[in-house]
Amino acid sequence: MASSSDLNRLTISEAAERLRRREISAVELTRACLDRIAAVDSRLNAFITVTADEALVQARTADKRLAGGDAPAMCGIPLAIKDIFCTRGVRTTCASKILENFVPPFDSTVIAKLREEGAVFLGKTNMDEFAMGSSTENSAFGPTMNPYDLGRVAGGSSGGSAAAVAADECLASLGTDTGGSIREPASFCGVVGIKPTYSRVSRYGVVAYASSLDQVGPFAKSVRDAAMVLRAVAGQDPMDSTCSARPVPDYVGALTGDVRDLHIGVPREYFVEGMQPEVEQAVRAALRHYESMGARTIEISLPHSSYAIACYYIVATAEASANLARYDGVRYGLRASAEDNIALNERTREQGFGAEVKRRIMLGTFALSAGYYDAYYLKAMKVRTLIRRDFERAFEQCDVIVTPVAPTTAFRLGEKMSDPLTMYLSDIFTISVNLAGLPGLSVPCGYDSDGLPIGMQIIGPQFSEETVLRAGDAFERSGAVASRRPAL
Amino acid sequence: MALLARLSLAPDEEERIRANMDEILAYIDKLNELDTREVEPTAQVGDPGMPMRDDVVTNRPDPEGMLANAPASERGYFKVPKIIE
Amino acid sequence: MNRDAYEAVIGLEVHTHLLTRSKLFCGCSTEFGKGPNENVCPVCMGMPGVLPVLNRRAVELAVRTGIAAHCEIAPRSIFDRKSYFYPDLPKNYQISQYETPICKGGYIELPGDGNPRRIRLVRIHLEEDAGKNIHEADSSLVDFNRSGVPLVEIVSEPDIRSAEEAGAYLRELRNILRYIGASDGRMEEGSFRCDVNVSVRRKGSSELGVKTEIKNLNSFRFVEKAIEHEVARQIDLLESGGKVMQETHLWDPIREETRPMRSKEFANDYRYFPEPDLPPLVVPPEMVEEVARTMPELPAAKRVRYADDYGLNDYEVGVLTAERETADYFEAVLPGLNNPRTAANWVMTEVLRAANESGRSIAEAAPPASEVGALLRMVEESKISLNAAKTAFAAMCKSRKPAAAVVEEMGLAQVSDESAIAAACDKVIAAEPGKVAQFRGGRDKLFGFFVGQVMKAMGGKANPKVVNEILKKKLAG
Repeated sequence: MASSSDLNRLTISEAAERLRRREISAVELTRACLDRIAAVDSRLNAFITVTADEALVQARTADKRLAGGDAPAMCGIPLAIKDIFCTRGVRTTCASKILENFVPPFDSTVIAKLREEGAVFLGKTNMDEFAMGSSTENSAFGPTMNPYDLGRVAGGSSGGSAAAVAADECLASLGTDTGGSIREPASFCGVVGIKPTYSRVSRYGVVAYASSLDQVGPFAKSVRDAAMVLRAVAGQDPMDSTCSARPVPDYVGALTGDVRDLHIGVPREYFVEGMQPEVEQAVRAALRHYESMGARTIEISLPHSSYAIACYYIVATAEASANLARYDGVRYGLRASAEDNIALNERTREQGFGAEVKRRIMLGTFALSAGYYDAYYLKAMKVRTLIRRDFERAFEQCDVIVTPVAPTTAFRLGEKMSDPLTMYLSDIFTISVNLAGLPGLSVPCGYDSDGLPIGMQIIGPQFSEETVLRAGDAFERSGAVASRRPAL
Repeated sequence: MALLARLSLAPDEEERIRANMDEILAYIDKLNELDTREVEPTAQVGDPGMPMRDDVVTNRPDPEGMLANAPASERGYFKVPKIIE
Repeated sequence: MNRDAYEAVIGLEVHTHLLTRSKLFCGCSTEFGKGPNENVCPVCMGMPGVLPVLNRRAVELAVRTGIAAHCEIAPRSIFDRKSYFYPDLPKNYQISQYETPICKGGYIELPGDGNPRRIRLVRIHLEEDAGKNIHEADSSLVDFNRSGVPLVEIVSEPDIRSAEEAGAYLRELRNILRYIGASDGRMEEGSFRCDVNVSVRRKGSSELGVKTEIKNLNSFRFVEKAIEHEVARQIDLLESGGKVMQETHLWDPIREETRPMRSKEFANDYRYFPEPDLPPLVVPPEMVEEVARTMPELPAAKRVRYADDYGLNDYEVGVLTAERETADYFEAVLPGLNNPRTAANWVMTEVLRAANESGRSIAEAAPPASEVGALLRMVEESKISLNAAKTAFAAMCKSRKPAAAVVEEMGLAQVSDESAIAAACDKVIAAEPGKVAQFRGGRDKLFGFFVGQVMKAMGGKANPKVVNEILKKKLAG
């Protein structure tokens, strides 16, 4: 019998197999994860809320179902959930003071789906407040540390979810990605993370940051595991008007391991000055490895790449300024004391929001205000069209595009906090993908000389998750990279 | 701008945010290098088509649930400072 | 003070609730009169993470309204976010339509003898309503039952020139909305709201003066009064050398005057931008055709038809088409009758009186239209007299029994049997020799007396025409 301290290291594939064969129970699996959380999370701060009792109840129910045979794929699998997903009866804070005690009376669609499959929820993970950030340092509950080096960031905004998987506190986790918030922390923490095509997964119950950019996706220890979770959460939702009705393909079945037909585009604009040399080397080595597996690489151009950040910071902040207007102290959340309603709104938001959130709300309000709408918001929407067209043209020549995920490996805590613009510029490789609504997968492709993980991004056309996952899975299973666990 | 966004900022905070904003806006100005006169704006990148609901009542009354997170309530209403017309 | 040198330029903005069962963007009920926050869910309460999903029926009703108002239906329209902070607005933005509304242009034709007057529309669009505030001594209480209820906003061009015309426009608009089942138009209940934009200018000028917006009007009478009041105020102001300021006024229904709104909360930049959570609304031509096909006949068309086909005059047409229920009832009484005027008169007098006196609808107060039709057919066929019919009708209102049964039970059948009538005439003539002599001697007026006597003798049931004929013959000698 495996010792409980090992069970949390399993992948979903391995665990599901053993659960089905009744070699292990969901309760044992869950206990192993909870023990691990108890052992390491005080150092990592990946979790805001741990729901130990509820998790064990879910695990016991899962065991009954597994005993009956024919349980769904995710039954009994312990997951960590970014604290941006509304979970009925469990507080959902978005790492903000303004929602510190908010307990939603409903589940997000994705949570409801997983609940129905019998998944186990270990707790809610730390993030940048309202998903605004790239390091999980903008949290009202303290930063999340990188399991590979506790003096460095885990990335953001889904830092807690990434760290939890890297540290084996769970088997997989859910995050969201608006400008890179799954891919960048996946890269910094050495785990797999995928942001699906915009509209592939329901956003209902996912606290909105930027409605036309936000997308839900999993963190996992392998590409196959990520495919399993994605298959469980993707699909049409009558509660989300922007969610696609396209049928969900068999993402797991698409993982043939074969990339001989693959044409990989390499954008010249993405290998720029200021990048950490080891990051560039790791990605180029990965490309050579792909070639040795039979794929072909070709240089392509995404000419409007340098405008993506400016475009994003107008579109995202404009939408966010409206999405966050509802936090006013009236119906839920923090309320400051005040004698009139304007003061009520102002003081509540002044006390409840952190600096980065305030900054983005101001920027967004400005971009939409009378006299500036054309110059900023309308202009940004037009540039967005140009960026989308860049990708459409590129995909005429290749099947997927491979790039680094971030210009560096995980930076030190506090290093980028003094200048927001510097922080924004670290999104440079991930942001265009959200603007174009494309799927983007982050797969570990090496480590730097400090032992910090490096991630490679694989981008595909809309709804090409099968191809993107196949490419990532083939690389991962080819043994190009010997994966290392963090020494916690 | 702060009033429109209902953000009251402490003076030093306001200073810092203003400086940040200036820097960010200067960076954003680079969008003006692009000629977009003939370009259509992209508002959404999802599949086109508006799914619609049938006109049926699917929700059940749950006033306690809806008021459970209310910071202040009275007799089933949400309570706020007196609104002056 | 030369008020006649000026003309009023008035535009009206009407917001009305659409008659849907559920809200515009969620499955909550729109039912009126529930306890606070009972018809509320995370979506219409603006909880974190919620998303809107459009109600198809609301779109159909908006298209219906657009067709009835002769608008151009946009094949593709966009929803926008209109941002402002207010306690009854849960998301602190309203989902509305700004640049591309679902309907553009159009007009409302005001009923009038000869020359119908057209008031042009600017646009009609869909939007969600906000919640309601109740003001207490030192706090306000918010109820979100109304939040998310579907509204159409109907904006007119400033074509209206008088308070009276404004009233006529509102009445016709409401009538149309009730005819097509889009709205029940209950202004006092808040399901039909009207804001007025008023300005004045010297007659002959084509420039627009500065306008005042007046809100908080909850009856047509108040709309007319407010307009009169404001027009006079503006003219007086200009005549005394002042300038009209662009302000929003609230109507005070107790003092019956307008006063400027104090609050600066309304000095707003709404920062409209396309709603990212809703794709563009596509209304294909097939849908417009389908809606047009299933439209009920509109008041204007009925007015023409009643005049042309039934020969009814303006007044009669007006009364019968004032409410869809009246018109439908009238049309259901008609079949089988030779003279539509009979039906028209009956509906205008007996039926409407029954409804008004009881304070209920025609359907509740009066017998089924088919039975009234049957009753009137009996009158046309001389089976009963008109008076008898009135008696029968009153009984039918109470008992809900069919016409034939009531006439039978109450013995109201008219006697046209000539021999019976002749016998009664003989009796009367025999009983009043003196009067007979006087009549034959030239006092024609006495004829009525004899008719009366015969009718009395026959218990009022004699067919008056036959009585007249036979009496005439007998009295002639």
